[in-house]
Amino acid sequence: MHIDAGDTAWVLGSAALVLFMTPGLALFYGGMVRSKNVLSIMIQNLACIAIVSVVWAVAAYSLAFGPDAGGGFIGTFHLAGLAHPEMAVPGLDLHVPPLAFAAFQMMFAVITAALLTGTGADRMHFNGFLALAALWTLVVYAPIAHWIFSPNGWLAQRGVLDFAGGNVVEVDSGASALALALVLGVRRGWPRETMAPHSLPLTVLGAGILWFGWFGFNAGSALGSGSLAAQALIGTQLAACAGVVGWLIVERWQTGHATTLGAASGAVCGLVAITPACGFVNSMAAIVIGLVGGVVGVLAVRVKFRFGYDDSLDVVGVHGACGLAGTLLVGAFATKAVNAHIAHEGFVTGGGGYLLGVQALALLVTIAWAFSGTWLLSQLVQRTIGLRVSNEVEVQGLDTAIHAESAYDFASMRAGQAGF
Amino acid sequence: MKLVTAVIKPFKLDDVKDALETFGVQGLTVGEVSGYGRQRGHTEVYRGAEYTVDFVPKVRLDVVVADDDAKDVVDVIVKAASTGQIGDGKVWTTPVDELVRVRTGERGSEAL
Repeated sequence: MHIDAGDTAWVLGSAALVLFMTPGLALFYGGMVRSKNVLSIMIQNLACIAIVSVVWAVAAYSLAFGPDAGGGFIGTFHLAGLAHPEMAVPGLDLHVPPLAFAAFQMMFAVITAALLTGTGADRMHFNGFLALAALWTLVVYAPIAHWIFSPNGWLAQRGVLDFAGGNVVEVDSGASALALALVLGVRRGWPRETMAPHSLPLTVLGAGILWFGWFGFNAGSALGSGSLAAQALIGTQLAACAGVVGWLIVERWQTGHATTLGAASGAVCGLVAITPACGFVNSMAAIVIGLVGGVVGVLAVRVKFRFGYDDSLDVVGVHGACGLAGTLLVGAFATKAVNAHIAHEGFVTGGGGYLLGVQALALLVTIAWAFSGTWLLSQLVQRTIGLRVSNEVEVQGLDTAIHAESAYDFASMRAGQAGF
Repeated sequence: MKLVTAVIKPFKLDDVKDALETFGVQGLTVGEVSGYGRQRGHTEVYRGAEYTVDFVPKVRLDVVVADDDAKDVVDVIVKAASTGQIGDGKVWTTPVDELVRVRTGERGSEAL
């Protein structure tokens, strides 16, 4: 195995960039909840880093990327506990140390589980979430990562393309979020009562950190520092920008206002949509995909009101719907001019309909596995240690009721008032 | 004696305070309050979901004055607080039975 210094530096750096996305997500989501629940979001994201990283090292990495156990469905425990660190990752021609790859992929598992905090916001118990995150990483995330990210996976073998996780991260978390929202039930008073964001400046800062980290997420998925990483990075930037434009145009047309939350959400939608595609499509296709992401996102976040599921911070609408759109658009725009290693090009780029077909197959399988797996695990947690907080806790706010702290000292914030 | 109470737009507080000082009022009490009148609240939009914010921030002033001054003080406040726009607020008076200055124990109009 040849180790390339430049490739290794970029993958190690990218691991750090992707890690930073989860505290970014904590800010992005924390700003969107009411002030009584902001710390519950923060600690759930921090604890998610802690627990999923350990679960990943102990077992989940091996299930996802270890030697295939047969049929491309799941890996064996051969790499459990990060054993055999000198052994090449099965199926991958890497020029980086296998542990650099394991660390990089660890951060993906972390943020994918962390996305679920957005759906459970305002009513999911800390203990229940931690149990769910650990089980979910093993039962839902690791198999799907094996099918698509490992070259030995049964979907990867059929030519499914997912450069950085449009399917494995985004659609996976979106479908899981829908199941979680159904098991948790709606928040007290939703959608009648006002549940407006308490601090959009936090949300904008969080979106900025996500955007920054996404360069590691997408361009790092080239697993090297060459021209493919550069194409993925520029495509990521262009899609994020097009996502902002797409969201704001539709929003301005629908409600009469371009909003700050819309701009931040549009950037994330563009980033989600380009995630599966950035290493397979050229820069102009990236603009189209980002624009579609922004438009799909702004329309998809309204769906919950029609069907009555309370996906608090729109994980289904933003990650599920935009990840789905991006995964299908790979089937339109993937080209060997960008990535010579792909077996099939998209239908716009002259490859016919095969790629679109297997992309759709991957979506269906991912949605089915993620939805049913998450539904069962959420029920299991709810019926054992409990997943939803009591009415009393929900009304008081999770910060003081569960964590015995508050984010803001309102009493002494007003000048001239006694702090009683 | 009369208690004059006014609910006004927050940015008009300085104008009203200056006008009352010029008139000769010796002190007043101010608080941040929220509420609505015929103006109602306003609408905010988050990811396409519209929320009606019913309660608008206002400032409430309370000042106790002699009976003879009450009408003039009301006029001073109304003049200073007015912008002519909807949501300027309201001013009203209430009879006051008793008034005591805590430090000296003075009562009635001596305590004003």
